[in-house]
Amino acid sequence: MDFTFPKEYELLRRMIREFAEKEVAPIAEEIDRNERVPMETIKKAAKLGLMGMPFPQKYGGAGAGETGYCILMEEMNKVCGSTATVIGAHTGIGAMAIYLDGTDAQKQKYLVPLAKGELIAAFALTEANAGSDAAAIQTRAVRDGNEFVLNGSKIWITNGDIADVISVFAVTDPALGARGGVSAFIVEKGFPGFKVGHKEEKMGIRGSSTAELFFEDCRVPADNVLGIFGAGFLTAMKTLDVGRISLGAGGLGASQQALKMSMEFAKSRYQFGAPIAAKQAIQWMIADMAIEIEALRSLVYRTAWMMDSGNTGRDFSTMAAMCKVLGSEVACRAADAAVQIHGGMGYMKSYPIERMYRDARITRIFEGTNEIQREVIAKNLFRTVGLKLR
Amino acid sequence: MKIVVMIKQVPDTTEVRLDPKTGTLIREGVPSIINPEDKNALEEALKLKESQGAHIVVLSMGPPQAEDALREALAMGADEAILLTDRAFAGADTWATAATLGYAVKKIGDYDLVLAGRQAIDGDTAQVGPQLAEFLKLPQVTYVREMTVADGKVRARRALEDGYEDIEAPLPALLTIIKEANTPRYPHAGAIINAYREQKVTQWKIADVEANPESVGLKGSPTQVKRSFSPPPKEPGQILKGSPPEAAKDLVAILRQKNIV
Repeated sequence: MDFTFPKEYELLRRMIREFAEKEVAPIAEEIDRNERVPMETIKKAAKLGLMGMPFPQKYGGAGAGETGYCILMEEMNKVCGSTATVIGAHTGIGAMAIYLDGTDAQKQKYLVPLAKGELIAAFALTEANAGSDAAAIQTRAVRDGNEFVLNGSKIWITNGDIADVISVFAVTDPALGARGGVSAFIVEKGFPGFKVGHKEEKMGIRGSSTAELFFEDCRVPADNVLGIFGAGFLTAMKTLDVGRISLGAGGLGASQQALKMSMEFAKSRYQFGAPIAAKQAIQWMIADMAIEIEALRSLVYRTAWMMDSGNTGRDFSTMAAMCKVLGSEVACRAADAAVQIHGGMGYMKSYPIERMYRDARITRIFEGTNEIQREVIAKNLFRTVGLKLR
Repeated sequence: MKIVVMIKQVPDTTEVRLDPKTGTLIREGVPSIINPEDKNALEEALKLKESQGAHIVVLSMGPPQAEDALREALAMGADEAILLTDRAFAGADTWATAATLGYAVKKIGDYDLVLAGRQAIDGDTAQVGPQLAEFLKLPQVTYVREMTVADGKVRARRALEDGYEDIEAPLPALLTIIKEANTPRYPHAGAIINAYREQKVTQWKIADVEANPESVGLKGSPTQVKRSFSPPPKEPGQILKGSPPEAAKDLVAILRQKNIV
């Protein structure tokens, strides 16, 4: 067993860290305040291959695999949850769906420019009445000659208003439901009948955009059916599985930053004639953060390694769900402890801890709530002892 | 055009700390990086490659782990990497280092430009570039802030303490580049992966470069470092307590006692 990163990953991390510190961190506060997607950063990231990190080079990616992508998400989340979310929705789910289930022609047409960051992707599954119960989607797609006609709407779609290409899930046979009755489509923003609606104002990750999408007799070529017709729900679940590892990596980055800043503060903040680091109450918070961070690191990179070595069975799905749960909860606990250690300073907008606390909170909700993840984990576990729960 | 760029792997001095007891550098756990101004030299070469086409060879002398610095140079866009690594090269001062690099550059041959950083952050001598030019009998331009190549000539602007100096020299020539010349690019993520998985670093030993054993390594070094040390830390100052008039009185008393006033 060898737990060290190969050297290419060490250099990759160093490059990303330098980029994150020099290009992303200095504007993190401003994009949060102004609710502005930092397109200039996205363009710079694209030039360095950071918008297509996991994808093979023949499809315009960096060829760095899930491990490389997790390193990107870890380092980016240290400095800016918003920028990480824009990249994550684009790479980890929007483009990932096309990479996992697209035909070679679809990959050439869409994945190549997406991986190069020339186009931006989004992933549209959630609807007003279909959140955790994703199978309850109502957007309909009806065949009309060589096209499908989509009608319905999606909510809370990250990158919804900036995306050029959207992986959209719609019902193609209501009688069959999730198993056989849902299909995935690649929708271009210029397709007739596609419209972007209201943009949400959020508690955190405010430098990423979250929009409503409308499909009003939106015509999509039949060539743009993504994956097997009728198996769209499977495409969605597979994509989200993979996305969950990188959410764990994001939590790892955010919590490490919270720990680092807390230690620096506890070392320099004097009360009663000594640094507050000398207090057991502070020490225990620091130790608990560090313990959880190391456990999370092992889980995330082991799961990324499983994906990169093609080990993607049911165990992988369970592990990916664990990454999402642990990553988000460690990040939230670390952010909470960081606010507590920083005291009044942690509550003020003039200091990044306040933003980190707000940014962390969504991670327990989006891309499958932690409650749903726990259900997935438990059901997969019971299956191993012969009990199949629905 | 063929450009040979000198690369040195150095400890990241922004992360180096001193052992308070021995006063020596703690190198353990300190990351190794490409010497910053060598990256500026490489960036000048990469700019020339983009504007007029060039084959860039990066060359380093060092222990086997210096290979990582060359891989990073490959990721930035160099075409070929050569590492001079041999126990016979160990213990070299700047003169012997320049000789070793010189033998290698001769072997590479057919070059139009040799570029180096002004100086390394671990030694700050700024000697290897000029000594290498002497060894190769090349025209040299040091402290270069801007450069252009046309019609078999290089035009370079030297940054001096009190102004600039524009120099023209025929190719082949050696230039040393300063950090103000440019901002080195970040390597592309895919190029980093390829630098380790697809590209190679050629290793040359003393026999490969046909170097005279008397002119390299410790034997070829006319100077030797006898001892490294840090200046002793300043003694802590003394704080005079009491009201301002009392403190002033005490201060005058101390200054008198030390025969300062």
